[in-house]
Amino acid sequence: MLVALALPLSGGEAAVGWRDAASVWPLMAPLVGVCAWLGWRGGVGAGQAGILVLAVAVGTMGALALLNEQAVAGRAASGFWLYILALWVAVWRGIDGIARFRSLDVRAQRLVNLVVPAAFGLWLIFLWEVVTVGFGVPQVLLPAPSMVADRFGGSLDILWADFRQTFLKAVIAGYVMGCGAGFVVAVLVDRVPFLQRGLLPLGNLVSALPIVGVAPIMVMWFGFDWPSKAAVVVIMTFFPMLVNTVTGLAAAGALERDLMRSYGAGYWPTLVKLRLPAALPFIFNALKINSTLALIGAIVAEFFGTPIVGMGFRISTEVGRLNVDMVWAEIALAALAGSTFYGLVALGERVTTFWHPSFRMQR
Amino acid sequence: MTTEAVGAGRAASGAESSLVARAMSGRLAPVAVVVLAIIAAWYVGAVAMNAQLQIDAFERQEVAWDTGDLVRATLSQDRPLLPALHQILVEMKKTIIDQKITSKRSLVFHAWVTLSSTLLGFAIGSVLGVLLAVGIVHVRTLEKSLMPWVIASQTIPILAIAPMVVVVLGAIGLRGLLPKAIISTYLCFFPVTIGMVKGLRAPDPIELDLMRTYSASRWQTLWMLRWPAALPFLFTSLKVAVAIALVGAIVGELPTGAQAGLGARLLAGSYYGQTIQIWSALFTAAILAALLVMAVGVIERLTMARMGGRP
Repeated sequence: MLVALALPLSGGEAAVGWRDAASVWPLMAPLVGVCAWLGWRGGVGAGQAGILVLAVAVGTMGALALLNEQAVAGRAASGFWLYILALWVAVWRGIDGIARFRSLDVRAQRLVNLVVPAAFGLWLIFLWEVVTVGFGVPQVLLPAPSMVADRFGGSLDILWADFRQTFLKAVIAGYVMGCGAGFVVAVLVDRVPFLQRGLLPLGNLVSALPIVGVAPIMVMWFGFDWPSKAAVVVIMTFFPMLVNTVTGLAAAGALERDLMRSYGAGYWPTLVKLRLPAALPFIFNALKINSTLALIGAIVAEFFGTPIVGMGFRISTEVGRLNVDMVWAEIALAALAGSTFYGLVALGERVTTFWHPSFRMQR
Repeated sequence: MTTEAVGAGRAASGAESSLVARAMSGRLAPVAVVVLAIIAAWYVGAVAMNAQLQIDAFERQEVAWDTGDLVRATLSQDRPLLPALHQILVEMKKTIIDQKITSKRSLVFHAWVTLSSTLLGFAIGSVLGVLLAVGIVHVRTLEKSLMPWVIASQTIPILAIAPMVVVVLGAIGLRGLLPKAIISTYLCFFPVTIGMVKGLRAPDPIELDLMRTYSASRWQTLWMLRWPAALPFLFTSLKVAVAIALVGAIVGELPTGAQAGLGARLLAGSYYGQTIQIWSALFTAAILAALLVMAVGVIERLTMARMGGRP
């Protein structure tokens, strides 16, 4: 461990010496100091040490950005990459140290579970930035994250208009209708065993089909504006909901059903009080799947014709003009919207199905 | 259980209806009935949706028409809103059987283009997914740091940006199969990783302890215990992955750069208002998807049989 920390460290010093950019030294100093201290102590101990290393690594990211600006962006030499490698080792050690951290306190443990992926993600973005700027990757191919962020901040009004058109109108409307219809049909199917045997195999088959392909037909039927996109979303979300709800309605155990019967409960009380709650985990599973499907469906449908606003429209036109940073800003928006949507559904699941074993386990 | 109960109940009601009841309580008959119902609804829908156009056409030509004429005409329009099923089938026969396979008008040619990039992406994606899963199961840091990002990666609507990826990769000289395959790969690896992580963790602690008492190495444990235990999970994920890989390949063909493939066919059809062409491409894609899933299912059954699992 001592060697692992000491070796890249010397590389790091060599890199700065080589570059002879003295102004960034103060920013690098803490990393050097901590690495030396840890090396002297003979290894990364508990979580604190890991966090320390991580904090210093974050500090040096600023230094690197500085280095990128003033020094040779696009012509970074081997010393620079060696330094990045050293950082990589330091970050890996840090994350490793934190990941190994065990605590009896639930909140601390949860924090750790949050910090590790966050640190990893930041590191990936950082690496992306360093590689695109350092190697001078043409902007058309892959813009640096900083550029994308600039663009995102600079064109909020366009992004908001697109978001309203695609997400608030098409996705939400289609999602509600598709899931609602899927649910109602599922309850119906559950009532009629004949339909259950006839429709379910077809439903399973349809879920394997490339449904996005109906987009051009829907555009032809419902026109260019958002209803055609909502229609695609309805078709895409209907079948997952149907299949999952039917499976869920069968999930209530025979014992519980017998209990309901012994209470003299009819079909509706049994459905509302026992079978629907038992089906909730399955229904939420479908809702989660559909939350990402809906966004994809709406955006792809916009490729086949749309008014001059919308996320899919923006992506396809900006690609044509090779404005890749705008495209990436749209992608960031889509990812943000998608994960927020997913997060909300997951939150709803947590609130309503707190009794399910998969959540009780975490307590 | 329910099917038997229903079948028995119906059989008791009368001797002659028992045959019908038995057929209905099976699996094939209900599916057939539902399919027939869908086809019937399709034709009704086709007549209803195309009627207005046809009435206009009749009035433009100033011919007298009755309902029979109308129905016949709506089912044989050139560019109907909703083509009738037999029109699609005729078009498919024309483009699949009557054309030479190498011809650009042959759907077989387009399907092959799509299929090859699907399979390439599927292969890369599955291998990547399995490798990721093995890493996640064995390295704790990877599990903590990578797993959330594997899930987060799927919130990026890759399908939505697939055309852009293809165009951008094309700009740096990557053309042909690979860009589309990359999209399929991206879509594929996720279900495989998730399924395999679950599968590789499927062995009970008691079995893992047994391996330890044999002083088996990690590699041996992986190969002799974890891998066989994960196979059922793997095949379930592969079925999802192969279907989604096809979707990825089709959407990857949407940008104008792609000259061939089912996706290009869809786009061309939508540009020129050739509804029958769109529908036949859709049908071909559906058949392809069903065949791919079935192929994985057959491989699964063969593998399981060789491993001595239940037939």
